[in-house]
Amino acid sequence: MQTFLRDATQFLPLLLQGVKFTLIVALGSLALSTVLGLVWALMRVSGIGWLGTIAKVIVNTLRGIPILVQLFYIYFVLPEFGIALTALQAAIIGLGVAYSAYQSENFRAGIEAIDHGQVEAAQSIGMGWGLTMRRVILPQAIRLVLPPYGNIMVMMLKDSSQASTITVAELTLQGTLIASSTFKNMTVYSLVALLYLAMCLPLMGLVSWLERRFGKGTRR
Amino acid sequence: MSQVERHSMIEIAGVTKSFGAFPVLKGITANVDKGEVVCLIGPSGSGKSTILRCINGLESYDGGAITIDGARVERDKPSIIGIRTAMAMVFQRFNLFPHRTALENVVEGPIFVKKEPPAQAMARGRELLARVGLADKVDAYPGQLSGGQMQRVAIARALAMQPKAILFDEPTSALDPELVGEVLQVMKSLADDGMTMLVVTHEMGFAREVADRVLFLDGGVIVEQGPAREVLSAPSHPRTQDFLRRVLRPI
Repeated sequence: MQTFLRDATQFLPLLLQGVKFTLIVALGSLALSTVLGLVWALMRVSGIGWLGTIAKVIVNTLRGIPILVQLFYIYFVLPEFGIALTALQAAIIGLGVAYSAYQSENFRAGIEAIDHGQVEAAQSIGMGWGLTMRRVILPQAIRLVLPPYGNIMVMMLKDSSQASTITVAELTLQGTLIASSTFKNMTVYSLVALLYLAMCLPLMGLVSWLERRFGKGTRR
Repeated sequence: MSQVERHSMIEIAGVTKSFGAFPVLKGITANVDKGEVVCLIGPSGSGKSTILRCINGLESYDGGAITIDGARVERDKPSIIGIRTAMAMVFQRFNLFPHRTALENVVEGPIFVKKEPPAQAMARGRELLARVGLADKVDAYPGQLSGGQMQRVAIARALAMQPKAILFDEPTSALDPELVGEVLQVMKSLADDGMTMLVVTHEMGFAREVADRVLFLDGGVIVEQGPAREVLSAPSHPRTQDFLRRVLRPI
């Protein structure tokens, strides 16, 4: 136990540097995937045939290719077309784009679950499509999509470890480097696991708080 | 168009509509004058609600024309926004916004569609809620209200648009029997104040007492129409007689 604590205090500063990059990758790709996912979802429910088809093709393509392959593609293949990104940029864009497909399906499910009478009520007071979405549908859909959104957030945080494969020095890569140079596998990976857990728990708390906040007035 | 002699607010001329191969409206011609209260009655599936929904463009129609003060109702033209704010709608299932309070429901249209100053819209919204007897429910969410209270909020929401007319689509059909009266009373007071109303209803008592005219629809056509008392008390068409017998004496 004493050796564990001694090693831990020695490794922790290095691992915390990894935590910093893990958070940057996770938050960056979360923001990107949320925005893109909303765009795909709104295209799908726009009622405009070709827009919906484009979104559908994009979403299904992204869902059908492993995230790891998408990361490799962005980091190793795009430079051949003159688009050179840093590893961090590639990780954020890669994870963000890949996850936008799952975000989109979640948002679409929430939007389509809202009673059509709400759309009619909005139209009957003269609201157009944009205003109906912004003032009537999306605020109600948020409540429905929050629980799965929390799920996606946690999965993204953990999947940010895949950025290690394209040399982003995030938590998993830092851990692997320390472990391979010290052979203290148990100490290192236990710390890595605990750090991931410590990051996930506040996220779950945040989601329950948001659920309470957006749940007001909807008791039935 | 030959509108030389008289100008109705809502003119429905030879309107037809099918859902797929099934014709719901087979050439409806009717009009509603300013200040008039017209009730649409008839069996379910007769096309009553469809006409109402065509008037403010929630539904498109295939043939004929609907005009509001001379402006043609076309669902896919930008002009539909203006028509919808002029033809307010009250739904069978209220369709209040569940994430907004009673007052927020009422001021939503005035503030976000008509761009009225919020303070002014709120003040009017409170007055309207008081008018439908809900001064103490201003900050309640729909989930905290009874069906009758929700429908009265919906009527206040319609009034807040300062519409030329209000379309009621079976406004009491989803209510518990003891709550029907409070909604009908509000509607009657609107009629007394001269509001133009087109009401799809099964409340024959309301039609008899409040409506100026009654249209009886069956199978997508207007079978009979006339002054409320005449149509309801002494219907001339056998189908109207049969319908009224079944509605008034169900057992």
